[in-house]
Amino acid sequence: MRKLIFGLVFAMLPAIGLAAGGAVPLDHMEPDHTNKESLQRGAAMFTNYCMGCHSMKYARYKRVAQDLGIPEDLYEENLIFTSAKIGELMKISMNKDMAAGWFGAPPPDLTLEARLRGESWVYSYLRGFYKDESRPLGVNNVVFPKVGMPHVLVGLQGLCAVEPNIGVHASVEPLSGNVNNADVCPEYALEGSMDGQEFDQAMWDLTNFLSYMADPVKVERERLGIFVLIFVAIFFVVAYLLNREYWKDVH
Amino acid sequence: MQKLINWVDDRLPIVDAWNKHLAKYYAPKNFNMWYFFGSLAMLVLVNQLLTGIWLTMSYNPSAEGAFASVEYIMRDVEWGWLLRYLHSTGASAFFIVVYLHMFRGLMYGSYQKPRELIWIFGMLIYLVLMAEAFMGYLLPWGQMSYWGAQVIVNLFGAIPVIGEDLSLWIRGDYLISGITLNRFFALHVVALPIVLLGLVVLHILALHEVGSNNPDGIDIKKNKDENGIPKDGIPFHPYYSVHDLVGVAVFFFIFFIVVFFFPEMGGLFLEKPNFQPANPLQTPAHIAPVWYFTPFYAMLRAVTVDLFGLPAKFWGVVVMGGAIAILFVLPWLDRSPVRSIRYKGWLSKIALAIFAVSFVILGYLGLVPATPGRTTVAQILTALYFLYFILMPFYTRMEKTKPVPERVTG
Repeated sequence: MRKLIFGLVFAMLPAIGLAAGGAVPLDHMEPDHTNKESLQRGAAMFTNYCMGCHSMKYARYKRVAQDLGIPEDLYEENLIFTSAKIGELMKISMNKDMAAGWFGAPPPDLTLEARLRGESWVYSYLRGFYKDESRPLGVNNVVFPKVGMPHVLVGLQGLCAVEPNIGVHASVEPLSGNVNNADVCPEYALEGSMDGQEFDQAMWDLTNFLSYMADPVKVERERLGIFVLIFVAIFFVVAYLLNREYWKDVH
Repeated sequence: MQKLINWVDDRLPIVDAWNKHLAKYYAPKNFNMWYFFGSLAMLVLVNQLLTGIWLTMSYNPSAEGAFASVEYIMRDVEWGWLLRYLHSTGASAFFIVVYLHMFRGLMYGSYQKPRELIWIFGMLIYLVLMAEAFMGYLLPWGQMSYWGAQVIVNLFGAIPVIGEDLSLWIRGDYLISGITLNRFFALHVVALPIVLLGLVVLHILALHEVGSNNPDGIDIKKNKDENGIPKDGIPFHPYYSVHDLVGVAVFFFIFFIVVFFFPEMGGLFLEKPNFQPANPLQTPAHIAPVWYFTPFYAMLRAVTVDLFGLPAKFWGVVVMGGAIAILFVLPWLDRSPVRSIRYKGWLSKIALAIFAVSFVILGYLGLVPATPGRTTVAQILTALYFLYFILMPFYTRMEKTKPVPERVTG
């Protein structure tokens, strides 16, 4: 057993510190932080599927509950699985050193992930897993090659047998009327509980939630910004007229 | 009120100072929009000082806590996100305003006699500003903060004999660490702002001693009326104080669009890798300094040959330092009988245009990864940058200038 674990870790070494870069085509994702239903679904999805390994240690549960319009008691009951109080930071109990042994690198904190890599990257990555027997966990990712993370959402999406079509737009064949690439995965090795579109929607919600977490003040900031700009514009008119009045006697 | 003013004025010359610097400081009446950037630089400086003080109240200058404390400011501190964005956007705005202010000086010959000291104080301000920005950039302790600092401090290592010890002395450690962070914090929030403020005072005192230049480059003090007031001069207050208010409004409009809607400015003002905590064990694939340093960074990378047994990196540092140092002697390179570009010959006009375009393109090249083609372009542009200065004594003397009018125009 020990040998096996050692072997697995060794096989995953290339994944350590591998930053996603280069020119991988991505599916565009434009977040909408005003869509609270989507953010709530995303929060539920994150807590249930991601938070076992990924912390959000710079954010607090209470803020999320407030911003997403979830009553605090409801939030504590359904979305906090640890003994944490609602005012605490969203930490997890996974031990970093042990996690590094299991996955090659400890699962990163995801508070700022959407700002670090961009929403389109996250959305594409979440839908980019496929079956690859050459990898220690049997899965690979087109957006993050040799990824150390298992396909956690396999029960929802199923397992794609071939590389999913990320960055390829759906198109309709003009003669037959067949729709191509409507589903990122053209062929499944395992069926999941969701169909392609449902899964895309779920991942859109999850990405939207990550985007909100990375920049929680965005909606409020842009709302305030409008007022600030209106104020400055009025100030400009006053300053301009004052200036014109004074400069009348300069020839 | 008048009694209070009198009481203070008997003990401190406040009325005198008010008159000397504002109410009876006669500035040429033909300032154009290029003359907004001096007062705007003061405005941004005040913004940086105020937001900086409040950020310091919640920031934790340690390798363990710095990154988390910035996120704490962004999420938990009341209006912390606004303070932080004002400060980070203000840093970039400072350089934009200062670059435009310097370009104004180049255009209208504001560095020429008798304003050499104003120019030199200004250059010192620019130098301190670069140090201030560089050290402030390490404080959020993100990946790019860390590796940017690593790369820049390592540059000192290129100096022969003392280089390695010098960079060790600057870092206080064998690599950028919490020790470095702490000393950069001290310098960023205490030492350099004091120097900066002192230099700003000197810059303005020297300016008010000799008087402001203007787009025509005419000495307005040569034409005075019977009261000894320049005929082309108007009191700074109220004429230019209300005038600058209009500039402030326009500046704020653009500034707040960035602060409230594009605080990252597409990764230029806040670089994406800085949303990840510093990791000394993982070098990012592409390290680029913030945009305001990139012209000099491109020059550093443009030097690719070893010379006289010293590595290319050393000569790159020499070129980079030289690019800044040569600006200091500018007042003695310009031999033109006229100040303003308006009355200089076409050689000066072309030289200034080439210089400005080279600087901007170098700035772009410093942002993107180097390729052999880009390096060649950077080499040519670096040469053009220096030629602007080296050839200046010749083309400013050779060319035919236009006659300068007696009184200011427009």
